[in-house]
Amino acid sequence: MNSVQISHITKSYGNVTAVRDISLSINSGELFALIGPDGAGKTTLFRMLTTLLLPDKGDATVCGLDMRKDWRQIRTISGYMPGRFSLYQDLSVEENLEFFATVFKTTIQENYDLIHDIYVQLEPFSKRRAGKLSGGMKQKLALCCALIHRPRVLFLDEPTTGVDPVSRKEFWDILSRIKEQNITIIVSTPYMDEASRCDRIALMRNGSCLRTDTPEQICASFPHKLWSLKGKELYQLLLDAREYPQTYSCHAFGDCHHFIFKEENDKADDLAAYLRMKGHEDVLIERLEPSVEDCFMDFGEDDQ
Amino acid sequence: MKQFQSFLKKEFYHIFRDSRTTITMMVIPIVLVILFGYAITTEIKSTRFVVFDQSKNSTTQRIIDRLAASEYFVIYKQVSSYEEIETLFRKNKIRMAIVFPPDFEENRQTGTEVQLLTDASDPNEATSLVEYATTIINTELTKDYIVSSVGIKPVVRLLYNPQMKDAYNFVPGVMGMILILICSIMTSVGIVREKEYGSMEVLLVSPLKPVYIILAKATPYLLISLVNILTILSLAYFLLDVPIKGSLFLVIMLSLLYALLALTLGLFVSTIAKTQQAAMLICGIALMLPIILLSGMMFPVENMPWILQQLSNLIPARWYIVALRDVMIKGLGVTEILPEISILVVMTLVLIVLSVKRFKVRLE
Repeated sequence: MNSVQISHITKSYGNVTAVRDISLSINSGELFALIGPDGAGKTTLFRMLTTLLLPDKGDATVCGLDMRKDWRQIRTISGYMPGRFSLYQDLSVEENLEFFATVFKTTIQENYDLIHDIYVQLEPFSKRRAGKLSGGMKQKLALCCALIHRPRVLFLDEPTTGVDPVSRKEFWDILSRIKEQNITIIVSTPYMDEASRCDRIALMRNGSCLRTDTPEQICASFPHKLWSLKGKELYQLLLDAREYPQTYSCHAFGDCHHFIFKEENDKADDLAAYLRMKGHEDVLIERLEPSVEDCFMDFGEDDQ
Repeated sequence: MKQFQSFLKKEFYHIFRDSRTTITMMVIPIVLVILFGYAITTEIKSTRFVVFDQSKNSTTQRIIDRLAASEYFVIYKQVSSYEEIETLFRKNKIRMAIVFPPDFEENRQTGTEVQLLTDASDPNEATSLVEYATTIINTELTKDYIVSSVGIKPVVRLLYNPQMKDAYNFVPGVMGMILILICSIMTSVGIVREKEYGSMEVLLVSPLKPVYIILAKATPYLLISLVNILTILSLAYFLLDVPIKGSLFLVIMLSLLYALLALTLGLFVSTIAKTQQAAMLICGIALMLPIILLSGMMFPVENMPWILQQLSNLIPARWYIVALRDVMIKGLGVTEILPEISILVVMTLVLIVLSVKRFKVRLE
């Protein structure tokens, strides 16, 4: 069953088209991610699905409810965590949670089992003002508040942005556990490495949806052979590798470069010889399995 | 109902935890009343004057004593020439001089003359001084003396405020200004803050009805305005000796109605303003200036050009101040101020309808 069905949705602000003809269908109980850089249109799409904005064109349903007609019902069955911390900074952890529980006509006790895992970590700070929490703690509190009424669909807009790597991992562990409660989770993130934690992902850029599939399928459909380049002078290595006539693309990825040849012939030795000629010693060239980020970068090559 | 209570509780947390703002709201009325009451006053008090008495008889002496005994005037000295008066004016030693002509007593039957000299470089003060002194002199002259039928002599009696106390005028004015400023600024800022911090986004994506949000935002400030009303009234009554001639209950109810109107005005502003600063500016400048200039608090509406008079009809403070003066100073009852009350009620209803209509259930 489809939990969220989006068909040909478009939204513009003045001359800027934030979301361009996007169609998606998200299954019930799925952990689905919208992945893309800032300005890809993720937040706008979220706001439309939570009925905060109306689309210019297109339609969407959440749990079978029409976003234009049944917006009141959609608001009762969805949990929403905006990208910016939007709880009350001058209220304590406990007061925030209690407030949102009553607003959604429930109590903390009623759904305590759902938030128990997260809330135990917050409990030592329950009397602390929300504004004085660390970034990771704030996100956990916001998640608790969005979950407190046991929504059928949970919308999380960039919940891991600005959170340290350990807390990010923890946060994804929490999401996996929430998913077991049969709650559909739609999450957006600019971090490609988080894709593997999701059932399915949609790659977004400039308001368009490039590809929707499982992370494995997206990686498997990568059309090129991928190599990694390692060397001492990484920046010079990148410039020189891009100069090489047989180069299709070369991108910097942390401590190595991801390299693709123009034609599918493994002339790794030729490349190594060329780079050594350019003065790069200890160049290491190895085969590499593509990641979601490689796929995303590759979609960019097609555009240009 | 539980939703509403919970929201209300949250609003009180906001207010009490932001103690600086709360204290400001409580202190501003006190400061304003004291400022208007003591510092910015056009009232005449202990003004020094000299007497040039060329008649020197019991009547002139009585008049001088009478003037000196009033709280408005203090005799500086007796002088014996116009030159002396001139010198004292130049040295700023005196604000007024009173001259009795030599034939003062003889002409009393047919109407006599007293000369009053004032320093008109401050015209307002000069006029007031002349008025005060004339009143006292006339009272003294007519007291034991039946004026003959020669000519018609107007006998001026200032009703309701015989001593022309400023406080009678400005206390209703200050109430009219403070209530609308505090109520409208606080509500509009309170709502716009939720928009700015993004919490409105979360509130909208909840089953909470907009009317609860609006009501819960307004209620705490209505209570704070009640405190303000009581502070100003007790300061006025105990410190400035302004009487409350009419029913105290009516004064409070009228003020609460006006506070409610101010709150709805704040709600309306919150549907226009996008940032807290904008909300403050709109309430502070767009509301305060017209209230001060057009409400009749400072300048009488009757003397304004036609167009400004029409404009002043739209200022809620104008109707409130008129009604409050009627009840407080003149001691009128509810039936006499019904027109003003109905105008305030209509304004409130119109603003409520407008704000609820303009309140956006979405982000755009």
